[in-house]
Amino acid sequence: MTTATTAPTTPAGSTAGVLARLREQEGRPALVGYLPVGFPTVERSVDALLTLVDHGVDMIELGIPYTDPVMDGPVIQAAAQGALDAGARVRDVFGVVSAVAARGVPVLVMTYWNPVLRYGVDAFARDLASAGGAGLITPDLIPDEAAAWIAASDAHGLDRVFLVAPSSTPERLALTARASRGFVYAASTMGVTGERTQVGGRAEQLVVDTRAAGAENVCVGLGVSSGAQAAQVGRYADGVIVGSAFVRPLLGDAPWADRLAALAAVTEDLASGVRSARTGDSGATTPTRASLTPGDSR
Amino acid sequence: MTETSAGSLVARLADVSGPYFGEFGGRFVPEALIAALEEVETEYRKALGDPAFTEELARLHRDYVGRPSPLTEVQRFAAHAGGARVFLKREDLNHTGSHKINNVLGQALLVKRMGKKRLIAETGAGQHGVATATAAALMDLECVVYMGEEDTRRQALNVARMRLLGAEVVPVTIGSRTLKDAINEALRDWVANVETTHYLLGTVTGPHPFPEMVREFHRIIGEEARAQLLERTGRLPDAVAACVGGGSNALGIFNAFLDDEGVALHGFEAGGEGIETGRHAARFSGGVPGVLHGARSYLLQDEDGQTLPSHSVSAGLDYPSVGPAHAWLHDLGRATYRPVTDDEAMDAFRLLCRTEGIIPAIESAHALAGALRIGREAEAAGLTASGEYTILVNLSGRGDKDVATAARWFGLLEDQELETKEGRA
Repeated sequence: MTTATTAPTTPAGSTAGVLARLREQEGRPALVGYLPVGFPTVERSVDALLTLVDHGVDMIELGIPYTDPVMDGPVIQAAAQGALDAGARVRDVFGVVSAVAARGVPVLVMTYWNPVLRYGVDAFARDLASAGGAGLITPDLIPDEAAAWIAASDAHGLDRVFLVAPSSTPERLALTARASRGFVYAASTMGVTGERTQVGGRAEQLVVDTRAAGAENVCVGLGVSSGAQAAQVGRYADGVIVGSAFVRPLLGDAPWADRLAALAAVTEDLASGVRSARTGDSGATTPTRASLTPGDSR
Repeated sequence: MTETSAGSLVARLADVSGPYFGEFGGRFVPEALIAALEEVETEYRKALGDPAFTEELARLHRDYVGRPSPLTEVQRFAAHAGGARVFLKREDLNHTGSHKINNVLGQALLVKRMGKKRLIAETGAGQHGVATATAAALMDLECVVYMGEEDTRRQALNVARMRLLGAEVVPVTIGSRTLKDAINEALRDWVANVETTHYLLGTVTGPHPFPEMVREFHRIIGEEARAQLLERTGRLPDAVAACVGGGSNALGIFNAFLDDEGVALHGFEAGGEGIETGRHAARFSGGVPGVLHGARSYLLQDEDGQTLPSHSVSAGLDYPSVGPAHAWLHDLGRATYRPVTDDEAMDAFRLLCRTEGIIPAIESAHALAGALRIGREAEAAGLTASGEYTILVNLSGRGDKDVATAARWFGLLEDQELETKEGRA
């Protein structure tokens, strides 16, 4: 087990390291893919996650199913409920993290706060670090309430991804940027997860404001479901986070192999979206960055 | 003087302000809601210091709600309470039939001040939804009420009442389909519509400032009752009894007595079919601290932190967590919280009907059953011999909405008798 290197470096395989490498060497944003642990079963959730990795996702957001997911819309609610009904346990997350992290992609765990509280904040951080996880995305934990998690993530060298929203004040953007490590998650719109025909018009300004408030990396989520949307958001964001669009192909009764094939197709569409985000004249509005993250050695 | 966990000194337990009550409370919500919560808190603090607001609220209490609500001594009921005197604080006689209107009018006036046009609310038994729909009609606001599908069935009369008042009632068909899931849906609506919409949360749970603000709007219950009882008997009660779902009626009546050391405060939770069956809503008997719906408090949860389903014959008490101020009072030892089973509550329900001609809400019947228990315990301890031992009960709501449930429970209607017997066998 590794412990406690809290120096603010950006190792190549870390969340910030991957974002920096893609930005500097490939000139593109990251595609961050969400799926819940244990849907439809723990084993099959690993299949699905590896499908994402094999078809162009750069980073994984691994959800812990929870009974009261107030930030999630119907698609992710259905999958979370399905996982719980199938017997998914919080402790299953660690094995799945290991399996996916072994492929060399950062794995962030997305969880509502109570399962971590119940497990024990420091124990959870220890076991997540030990499994090779990169950190946590915490949709219902604001930095103001996060003293225990900030201490535990420092102790175990984990990323802390807090959220900002179009309603966040400049003071709160600064507070959240300071407290975050890895990236800041910008909610593109006021609302819950789910596919939308248009990504919120306030997302770009929120990214600009969050950077101005001190954030090194800002990834955008909520509502992105197509390659075209990913390309549009990817012009200004360091990463594009996709959830419901990856969960949807896994719902239903089709043979599992067919569902994985459908997932692969959706993944490739979104992966080509982030790869085209800053090519051609569509890249004209890409904000220039005053300072680049030091340090990817590769 | 009381030292809070933050180390600051406050004069009275009754005036402790959020976000924390001891180690409970807080703001465990998405960042998207923080701006709105801060707006509500700012407006609420300004309003409490603004005579235009307090006078308008007092006028509505007097001319619209019918406050002060009466205090009724119930001697025939008390004959079953070990020789104690029992007084009921008659929140059931408020307009809309429960204490819920106190909080709703306060928040609705705030909404007018904030310039928002749309109210959303959750409801379990329907009392808070009816009160919210009422205030929305009175103040010309759009109103959407989320209600678990299971509860729309148990409380069909209140669904019709809300619709009569012009509210949209949305049955919630996910999760356990009860109050907890209605709150989830209301929170999702609020995140999406927060700029135009106020979430009129109906109890002393949720993120700060709700636990403190809702207590403030209900503290009038205890303040009136304390003065009425002093006038009537010349002394404070020995015990105060209230039912505790989220805990707004209980905190409203407890608050006036928190700093009276000689007054024992008793909260009664839904024991459902019995703690041993696992089918209950007794957070202090079967729960441990955790976070749900924005606040840290006692919570029915499994070893993974997943919320456990609660159960009660009373929809209004069927909630897996409890207001953080109650968790704080519990840990301080200032109030005690015990379960009352469905059977005990329904027996007390019938007893009040038969002895006093008052049909209580099944929620409130849990407090009545608790009062009977307190009286008998006091008798066993030799405290009632003087004839002065006094129990104050918050009769938080009336039972019109529960007549169908009671008819099934007691087999009062011919065509339901067989079904009821089968159902309970």
